[in-house]
Amino acid sequence: MSGAPFGTVAAFGDERSFLDAIAKAQKAGFRRIETFTPHNVEGEAALLRRRPTPVSWIMLAAGILGGAGAFYMQWYAVHDFRHLIDVGGRPVDSWPSFIPITFELTVLTAALVGTAAMLWLAGLPRLDHPLFGSAGFERASQDRYLVCVLAEDPRYTPAAARDALLPAGPEAVNEVTK
Amino acid sequence: MKPSKNLAEGDPEAELLADGETPASVTRSISAIPIDNPRPRFWWAVFGAAFLVVLLLCASLGWLFVRGVGIWGINIPVAWGFAIVNFVWWIGIGHAGTFISAILLLLHQEWRTSINRFTEAMTLFAVACAAIFPVIHLGRPQFLYWLLPYPDTMDLWPQFRSPLVWDVFAVSTYGTVSLVFWYVGLMPDLATMRDRAKTKGWRRVYGLLCLGWRGEGRHWNHYTKLYILLAGLAAPLVVSVHSIVGLDFAIAMLPGWHSTIFPPYFVAGAIYSGFSMVLTLVIPLRAVYGLGNYITARHLDLMAKVMMAMGWIVAYGYFCEFFTAWRSGDVFERYVAANRVIGPYAPYFWALMICNIVAPQFLWSPNLRGCVPVLFVVALFVNVGMWLERFVIVITSLHRDYLPSSWGIYHATFWDYSTLAGTIGLFLALLFLFVRFLPMISMSEIRTLAAKREASK
Repeated sequence: MSGAPFGTVAAFGDERSFLDAIAKAQKAGFRRIETFTPHNVEGEAALLRRRPTPVSWIMLAAGILGGAGAFYMQWYAVHDFRHLIDVGGRPVDSWPSFIPITFELTVLTAALVGTAAMLWLAGLPRLDHPLFGSAGFERASQDRYLVCVLAEDPRYTPAAARDALLPAGPEAVNEVTK
Repeated sequence: MKPSKNLAEGDPEAELLADGETPASVTRSISAIPIDNPRPRFWWAVFGAAFLVVLLLCASLGWLFVRGVGIWGINIPVAWGFAIVNFVWWIGIGHAGTFISAILLLLHQEWRTSINRFTEAMTLFAVACAAIFPVIHLGRPQFLYWLLPYPDTMDLWPQFRSPLVWDVFAVSTYGTVSLVFWYVGLMPDLATMRDRAKTKGWRRVYGLLCLGWRGEGRHWNHYTKLYILLAGLAAPLVVSVHSIVGLDFAIAMLPGWHSTIFPPYFVAGAIYSGFSMVLTLVIPLRAVYGLGNYITARHLDLMAKVMMAMGWIVAYGYFCEFFTAWRSGDVFERYVAANRVIGPYAPYFWALMICNIVAPQFLWSPNLRGCVPVLFVVALFVNVGMWLERFVIVITSLHRDYLPSSWGIYHATFWDYSTLAGTIGLFLALLFLFVRFLPMISMSEIRTLAAKREASK
């Protein structure tokens, strides 16, 4: 708690006034806005012009690497003399029988790397955050939709942020310090 | 419970969540179960009983480790006894979870939302029970790691052309991805639990478990994409895992196993047994914890229909097995087919027919399907039937194959039964711990549903 401002948070009881508040704050010239909601609100990402998440590309790359690695592992096992298991003289390059493990490891690497990427991009795990101390934040994981004008916005002053958020009819407005 | 009127009028969405439910009420009533433990006597009775059976499992495994697999009924020719039957049965039960959460999510079946968390947990615990069996069946379970390719001094690697090795990868991938999928789905709900917990201790525990989730727009942006992609990955995974289990049998040369119908027929059987287990568990829990507002009559109705559809695919599989045995003209194939129906294990076969083919036909009638006790009993029958199916497949093919001089009869021993019972106890104990400490219905997803309905009013 350094006492430096983090931002101004307004709490709304439904999605409509919450989206309205974002639009109003943007109209007042604020660009650095973050939201805290109990579930994903449709339209929020478009309104805030969020860039599409790279999670899908990361997962694709991880899956390709994992699958190629798995296939190479099996190819290596039959071509490396020491690991070759000759069963009844069957052909060495029996690649179709390598497909199941290739598939499984593709899925496994994509899922694990994708989850790690989501956490990294979301800045998690993070066990402390200025908002955790603010009054009423516990409702953001239940039934309140919060809009926060961040103090890092060049136009930010507590009064200006409050004035921008009030017209949307919030249930409460608080200033949060770091 | 009577079948609801709206069902006939074709208003499915309204039936998925009771009237008057708001995001706040959803959160309150679902989180109250782990926080307030509203039915302590019921919980302790079931958990206590299940825990005693877990002790039986510990004793069975302990004795197994002391004496070896000779304490079971397995021998030559039937070297795959209960261990493999139970493995396939449990892994099959584990399939409903991912089927419901992944495939139904991709198909935009909103009714999955009320049951996906619970069935995913069921999947995890069923896979945990399943994974025990191949390991203890190894005979020398301490060498489990020999199944994995690692730089060993013996210069020995697994045979990658063997479906049994595929199985190691399939089951471990399935277990891991199911766990990740379940945990990712839980994160927002763990944050809700943190914010609703009554004591500082629990707030810390849930706070740590949710990894600091705060519902930031940035979180949701990445999270929703990850969740849908995990579902996309898990969907073919479900199909692959039981296909590979089917191939464990189909690639062997044994009459009655060597058949191309096995992979699809095993997948359908897995979903069939999974749905029957979901119904078996959800019906009592829904009644005891008063979850009728979230798991509505329509949910039960839809699950019953999926179960019936899968039952018919399985029935087709049985038909196909007999048809190909007859059409092949192979004397051994024909013998094994006839031996199943009238041989020493015929009672198991006929019990299987009654459980898996006859019992679900009662569900054609909407009245019977809408009657919860009937649905529960049918689901129990299917659970037993699917176990019998694996028993019939494993035992009857092995006990009389090409060489009549090596035919034999398999008898399960006390330790076979105690290990099976023990894993059922383990499954129930884990499930009850889950119900006691974690929200069994996804609050964040039901909230979305409730908010959407409020907005459309």
